[in-house]
Amino acid sequence: MGSASSLFERLGGINLLPVLLAIIAFVLIGSPSTWVTLTVAGLAMGMMIFLMASGLSLVFGLMDVLNFGHSAFVSFGAFIAASVLAALAAWVGADNIALNLLAMFLAIAAAALFGLLAGWVFERVIIKPVYRDHLRQILITMGALIVAEQLILAIWGGSPISVPRPHFLTGSLIIGDISIELYRLFAFALGLIAYIALFTVLNRTRVGLLVRAGVENREMVEALGYRIDRLFIGVFVLGSALAAIGGAMWAGYETLITAAIGSEMMIIVFIVIIIGGLGSIEGSLLGALMVGLMGNYVAFLAPKMALASNMILMMAILLWRLYGLRPAVK
Amino acid sequence: MTDLAIDQIADPARGRTGRMIVYAIIGAIGLGLLLAPFIFPDVRSQEVAARICVFIVLVASYDLLIGYTGIVSFAHTMFFGLGAYGTAIALKMMGPGWDAILLGGALGIIVSLVLAALVGLLSLRVKAIFFAMVTLAAASVMAVMASQFSDFTGGEDGIIYKVPKLFSPATKLLTDEDGKVLRIFGVKANGKMAAYYFVFFGSLILYFLMLRIVASPLGTVLEAIRENEMRAEALGYKVVLYRTAIFCIAAVIAACAGILRAVWLKYTGPETTLSFAIMIDILLMVVIGGMGTMTGAIIGATLMSLAQFYLKDLMQLASEATAGIPLLPELLAPDRWLLWLGILFILLVYFFPAGIVGTLGKKGGHL
Repeated sequence: MGSASSLFERLGGINLLPVLLAIIAFVLIGSPSTWVTLTVAGLAMGMMIFLMASGLSLVFGLMDVLNFGHSAFVSFGAFIAASVLAALAAWVGADNIALNLLAMFLAIAAAALFGLLAGWVFERVIIKPVYRDHLRQILITMGALIVAEQLILAIWGGSPISVPRPHFLTGSLIIGDISIELYRLFAFALGLIAYIALFTVLNRTRVGLLVRAGVENREMVEALGYRIDRLFIGVFVLGSALAAIGGAMWAGYETLITAAIGSEMMIIVFIVIIIGGLGSIEGSLLGALMVGLMGNYVAFLAPKMALASNMILMMAILLWRLYGLRPAVK
Repeated sequence: MTDLAIDQIADPARGRTGRMIVYAIIGAIGLGLLLAPFIFPDVRSQEVAARICVFIVLVASYDLLIGYTGIVSFAHTMFFGLGAYGTAIALKMMGPGWDAILLGGALGIIVSLVLAALVGLLSLRVKAIFFAMVTLAAASVMAVMASQFSDFTGGEDGIIYKVPKLFSPATKLLTDEDGKVLRIFGVKANGKMAAYYFVFFGSLILYFLMLRIVASPLGTVLEAIRENEMRAEALGYKVVLYRTAIFCIAAVIAACAGILRAVWLKYTGPETTLSFAIMIDILLMVVIGGMGTMTGAIIGATLMSLAQFYLKDLMQLASEATAGIPLLPELLAPDRWLLWLGILFILLVYFFPAGIVGTLGKKGGHL
């Protein structure tokens, strides 16, 4: 037992968990081509969830603020991207990669811009008055989520909206008998870029150093003369923008969105940050990948258990590690 | 909550009149609910009155958690739903009878208890905020499962079933000389009235039980935990166990409320028990009434239920009046009433975190 656990640690410890999950699923599924399709789908989904979860996790780590309204940015991002793509239907449908890319870029940029602005307003108006009061934070951000969802219903209506995918992202890549949707590859790549960018900023720049130090010990950083509240607004706004981008990508992935998208994603995002541990983007990535993979494998093996399986995964991890896999704060 | 404590010291005289007002309102509501079948005999008002009874219990049990102990759970509808679904499924499968209500209700309560103990012991050890997330996830998973396992639960459509014969509108509770149903002040003493009083007295018993819990030493320990967790722990109280205990108690009471609701409605579905909208209702009621006060539950539940039924009518009028202006009619449409309640909710939490009862009765201690 001791040697097994030390071997586990040497091979990468908890970072191995998604791999282990994939191996178990490979045995259960049996067919390699199906397994590859599901794995790619799971990784793509995980990356999009990572975009939504990372900001929330960092905000909590830095300022001890949990924003239940975070998923409002996800749903607004999704709907804004859908509107932009619908408005640029000619570019989206054109058989021209440059125009396609431009349309996709504009849609994501619009969502991100909204996230930046709305995040700033949200932080000033909703969050700031209730710093350090968890009970009221939960209540107020919950109220904000209700208002946001109702606003979406008022603006875009209650019926599902279909989201056009850019022409170059439709269809699949076929290798032998394995087929991989191009959109999933795109989502995975975008998520990976975002992760690498975040990781670099946090670990290689001065601002990142301050953020990490703030997560570790806020008072100490403040005592050294840094304005952590300003840093916090920056992180909050960035997190909101990332959530909006995640929502925009998710809209293209689902191709049919309703106003309920926010509350649906919120549950998954919460499961991810609980699994990953609060305050670290590595944890969020790990959690997001596991949830994405688990969701896709179980949806194939036992469709009715898809959401419940993530819940069980969360419970198991909480039993094993009370604060999640890689917490930066306790 | 520290700013609140300072407010409470000031002006005892105002607190006294405030409390008199609160008691008067409570008395009026209590009397209104007791005599509801006679004062408001029409079907819609009966429905509102029964809903208020059940929600007072539900909100008060939720207040045991959020107001008295300071833990935020989003799984309260899950327990409410378990009680209701347990009763509903048993009534559907075993036919209308008291044995079905007893067995189904007991099963619902036991499952609630086990789940509450599991969730509590697992996640109450860490921060309050963690617990809020875990319960939110658990509740939504339960809601999804209820709609997916449609062989048992009827899926999105829910279950329609019959209740014991005593509660059917055709049953004559009392008869006059001619053998017809007796009219008391012009109201038929039929099974509908029996069903209402079953709900009313059931709720009353549960409510008094909660008043007892709050006044007991257990209640005092819970408030100590809310005010200063470390200190309570240092005094030798096992905080986790106390929190888990009250979470289990609240879950069982919520399940009981679910049984009452299921018997009254003769229908159980996601919309009436498990949906997140109900959870939001409960939250709003607790905050409007006043957290940490048992009387707040009565005022909050009554006010919100009345508003839900009559605000929509008002919004319909406003929406029609503004028909020419862009976007405004959509914002004022009756379906958007949650938008305005949400805004009201945020404003309340900012400016009146103590709710109606807490603001009126500003003085230390609880009503």
